Amino acid sequence: MSIQVRNIHKRFGSFIALDDVSLDFPTGELVALLGPSGCGKTTLLRVIAGLESADAGQVLLDGDDASGTHVRDRQVGFVFQHYALFRHMSVFDNVAFGLRMKPRGQRPTEKQIAGKVHALLDLVQLDWLADRFPAQLSGGQRQRIALARALAVEPRVLLLDEPFGALDAKVRKELRRWLRKLHDELHVTSIFVTHDQEEALEVADRVVLMNQGAVEQIGTPEEVYRRPATPFVYGFLGAVNLFHGRVDGEGLRVGDARLPQQARGFGEGAEVLAFARPHELDIVPDAGAGEGIAARVSRVLAFGITARVELDGLNGAQGQHFEVEITRERVDRLGLAEGQAVRLLPSHLSLFESRQAATTAGAAR
Amino acid sequence: MSTAKTFRVLPGFGPTLGYTLAYLSLLVLIPLAAVFLKTAELTFAEFWNVVTAPRVVASYKLSFGMSLLAAAINAVFGLMLAWALVRYSFPGKKLIDALVDLPFALPTAVAGIALTALYAKNGWIGQFLEPLGIQVAFKPLGVLVALVFIGLPFVVRTVQPILEDLDTELEEAATSLGAQRWQAFRHVILPIVFPALLTGFALAFARAVGEYGSVIFIAGNIPMVSEITPLMIITKLEQYDYTGATAIATVMLILSFTLLLLINGLQAWTAKRTGRDR
Repeated sequence: MSIQVRNIHKRFGSFIALDDVSLDFPTGELVALLGPSGCGKTTLLRVIAGLESADAGQVLLDGDDASGTHVRDRQVGFVFQHYALFRHMSVFDNVAFGLRMKPRGQRPTEKQIAGKVHALLDLVQLDWLADRFPAQLSGGQRQRIALARALAVEPRVLLLDEPFGALDAKVRKELRRWLRKLHDELHVTSIFVTHDQEEALEVADRVVLMNQGAVEQIGTPEEVYRRPATPFVYGFLGAVNLFHGRVDGEGLRVGDARLPQQARGFGEGAEVLAFARPHELDIVPDAGAGEGIAARVSRVLAFGITARVELDGLNGAQGQHFEVEITRERVDRLGLAEGQAVRLLPSHLSLFESRQAATTAGAAR
Repeated sequence: MSTAKTFRVLPGFGPTLGYTLAYLSLLVLIPLAAVFLKTAELTFAEFWNVVTAPRVVASYKLSFGMSLLAAAINAVFGLMLAWALVRYSFPGKKLIDALVDLPFALPTAVAGIALTALYAKNGWIGQFLEPLGIQVAFKPLGVLVALVFIGLPFVVRTVQPILEDLDTELEEAATSLGAQRWQAFRHVILPIVFPALLTGFALAFARAVGEYGSVIFIAGNIPMVSEITPLMIITKLEQYDYTGATAIATVMLILSFTLLLLINGLQAWTAKRTGRDR
């Protein structure tokens, strides 16, 4: 089932949680709502589920306005961050709950229910836990049971609110992969909320980036990572180095340093924010003058294929920290040591006009 | 048996148990034992005569019947009251929350007189009930009103913390799975609250059985109709019939203890059934 969200507004007191949000979720896709805490992603999910009502705007399920439809009639499966399993019921009874609550006429027989529950428990690979109680399960198992419970009523949409947020790193990673596999089998339209960019990029078909109640960018994981549309997205997705610069003729001036990059499309003297990923910076020996940003090596971390070099800015970039990824070979060739003065040369820079950008990028850090 | 002394990280088992036993003995066990000892002065036939006298039997029925009924009423309305206090915010909530404890603090005689004045034929409330043929004061119904009054805080205060811990997500989960409001209550909320509700019920019941002050004013103390068991004991005492008084007290003790034991057993059973005990 497709979901459309039209001009949703929602405020809690004076806090604006959702500010005119419009989105399309096509049938069968797994979409991630990604953003920092307080950006409105969970509120949006709850509005779609019907657990929260919007102040203005519409939620269309399969093209029909669902505003007047109660949660219990929306046929959405909702998975909570803290599982919300019924602790006084066994795993079996938890999964069977939705089926047993159906009106008498539509309710399957106990035998049919048992069949269905065991099939679902098989699907989440936990059939052997049917007689246990939630307190006896690990976090990852509980969340899989919660998912089976939500699937039992054959929801038209699956909504997951930070489903892996309460789990430790290793289990998260396993469950991520498992969720993706499950979605490929079931193809039920799914939206999941997360603040973990890695999770969103790894699992979702499409990523919706939200900040301060508004949508910043929508795209495939690759699109949003490769071509961030706003400074916020740049700062939020992956490690990034930020330079405050000014357009100076053909080039760019950062503090005392000149960078060779061309700054087309900006007026002379315009303040810009320049972003470079760690692998888009190169380190060159400091020759006293010339191009590049002066910095001092503070740490060299060389345990992988690539080495990570942390640097402190000098002259005009004081107080700033940079992160550079180069090969270990290059570290050896340069003979980098702590305290050494070097210059940083970007191979690629993404530029944004500074005025409105500065505030949003600041919020993203 | 190992010869090594069991090592405890947190010491204190010895003194704690010793203190507990000594304290409990002085305050509870020795006085209760004295009741049984005093009763033992009677032969069994005498004892049986005292405790099965028609007036006394009628008082058991009234005391235990009305106490159970009052505790049941409190369980229902106490739960509702606790729910309202936990879930909603409304003007005067803090005040109402404090008012709940008033039956604890108020001298029971004051409560009894106030209730009697209100529910008597010419009282504020009684005057409206009288034309409907409902008499409260000086009837068994009056006993019930007094017992409901004094038992209310027990249920509210035992259920309240459980409701505060109850995650609204559980109800949301139930609703998103298609449960109607009453189904969510019956299958999700009630089972979680039930053990605490039973505790509150047991406390309210125990308090009601032993209640004296507030009841004697409103009950009217008509033999065979509105005499409670504690009153029978007082009556015996006033006639210097100490063994008779302790005989009735013994029966009360045994009955109360059996009922409380049953309620505790029920509680343990529900806890086990719902997996909390494993």
